[in-house]
Amino acid sequence: MANRYWNEYQKNIADDHYYYERSCIRQTFFPGSETAFLKMMQDELGKDIFDDFRLHTCTGIGYHTDVVPLETTMTVVARIFSLMKERGYENLVPSCITSFGVFTEMCHMWQEHPELLEQTRENLYKACKREFDMPKNIAHPSDLIFKYRFELAEKMKYRLVNRFTGKPLNVVEHIGCHYAKLFPDKGVGKAEFPYVLAGMIEAWGGHVVDYPERRHCCGFGFRQYLVQENRGYSVSNTKKKLESMEPYEPDFIVSNCPGCSMFLDRWQYTIAEMEHKTYDREGYGIPVLTYEEMAGLLLGYDPWELGLQIHQVQSERLLDKIGIPYDPKQKYNSASGKILRAPEKPENLLV
Amino acid sequence: MGNLIDLIRSDARYEDSLKACMNCGICTAICPAAEFYDYDPRRICDTVQRGDEEQVEKLLREDTIWYCGQCMSCKPRCPRGNVPGAVINILRKVSQEMGYYKESRMGRQQVALMAGIGNNILEIGYCVHPDKVRPEMHPEQGPAWEWYIKNIKEVAPKFGANYHGKGAGALREICPETMEELRNIFKVTGGMDFHDAILNGGKDD
Ligand code: SF4
Ligand code: SF4
Repeated sequence: MANRYWNEYQKNIADDHYYYERSCIRQTFFPGSETAFLKMMQDELGKDIFDDFRLHTCTGIGYHTDVVPLETTMTVVARIFSLMKERGYENLVPSCITSFGVFTEMCHMWQEHPELLEQTRENLYKACKREFDMPKNIAHPSDLIFKYRFELAEKMKYRLVNRFTGKPLNVVEHIGCHYAKLFPDKGVGKAEFPYVLAGMIEAWGGHVVDYPERRHCCGFGFRQYLVQENRGYSVSNTKKKLESMEPYEPDFIVSNCPGCSMFLDRWQYTIAEMEHKTYDREGYGIPVLTYEEMAGLLLGYDPWELGLQIHQVQSERLLDKIGIPYDPKQKYNSASGKILRAPEKPENLLV
Repeated sequence: MGNLIDLIRSDARYEDSLKACMNCGICTAICPAAEFYDYDPRRICDTVQRGDEEQVEKLLREDTIWYCGQCMSCKPRCPRGNVPGAVINILRKVSQEMGYYKESRMGRQQVALMAGIGNNILEIGYCVHPDKVRPEMHPEQGPAWEWYIKNIKEVAPKFGANYHGKGAGALREICPETMEELRNIFKVTGGMDFHDAILNGGKDD
């Protein structure tokens, strides 16, 4: 009976042959995560996933800051679909949660309003001499990692277990709002029972922390962060979440949205510097990982190639707990092995 | 119906966004913006639903509509299936088309957003890019970010990125043919005129 109900909370995720669409925010803040995801799909799972140089922004951030009109975003999305068609793919995998929401919303509108679909076809042809079809399947990369979590587990060298105590690590998961709040049917577990990351955590040995503000927004707020004077909105929302999770003593936070991952990391630094407050006991903050970083670390990928050193909350103590080896001397080396001067230390946050 | 109400209702998103608001206030209870600002999505839905031209015009000239953070937390909660966050998108569109956004402090921020995000899209094909997140404008990004930006050319390849490179990969230079198609889309669909109007309009303030 329980299973029958739970089936309603699942989504259809294609098995293979994906067209990858990179995220502006993930490329900016977590480029190593996109590299790791492609490696997992291609090398670990043997899937066909295409990385097209002719792609560009979906304009999602412009759409939600109201500087790009709906008709423009629709036609930009149509161009992305047209490139996908040209390459012979039908399953779209957008790296960004905002893009995932935008693609889903545009397809929904075209289905509800065929005249808009016609108008978009005309616009795209006029602008680019292109034609397009809607994707058969749209899945976020976190959906794919979720789908293949047990296959990946077989290849993993480490588990989400504290090697000193033998207990599962306490993991806070944060789902980007536009993953399932826009169209609940498109998210694993819908908006109420977010399971896409929880499923990974459980499959890999960790314990999912359920805390009161689990579903609250990270506070990005688009214009509420992008305009400097509005940033109090953004940090206040993250603070609300951190205060709510603090009593559960999380070992780390994981998110499927690149924006959320960045804000949950940077606002911890900001709060530490402004208010001398951290949400762990020792003053280092709670490390924040992307789901690609979490999976990559367990598979044995190098933490410094994943890019953990460009987070502000540092993760060595977490690596020690899991038993992941790392070379401190390599942390701030360039790609060619040149030793670079390490970053300044924050005044309050320990690194 | 007046001119503004007609404009609002003619937006393709309207039908899906405001069916019949019963003023329950659940959207306001869940809304992160309502916690931070003097903002109440329930009242906004009510004002738009009532269709009083004068009240709607007042709304379009005020700060209020610019407080929403577009998280869409309101959508799955509304018992009537409304989407207050999308009603906001429509109101912001009309406010900008009518030039009313210039009359509020929060509304005028659209000029900065267009000069930032809008220009990024048209100039480099990204909404956000490390070159545009300058540490001096982003103290909250911290010293690790400052270090990354200072050394990005030497460090990005370590993460498998193709910073300003040709071909595929993270942070690649978007090729000129793609940029041309992207700009053509903006021209054909009104995005370019809108961009220019906001940037030029902003200069009068
Ligand atoms: S939750 Fe829905 S019905 Fe209730 S006040 Fe908000 S928009 Fe209206
Ligand atoms: S989308 Fe806007 S109105 Fe809706 S909950 Fe988020 S901030 Fe509030």
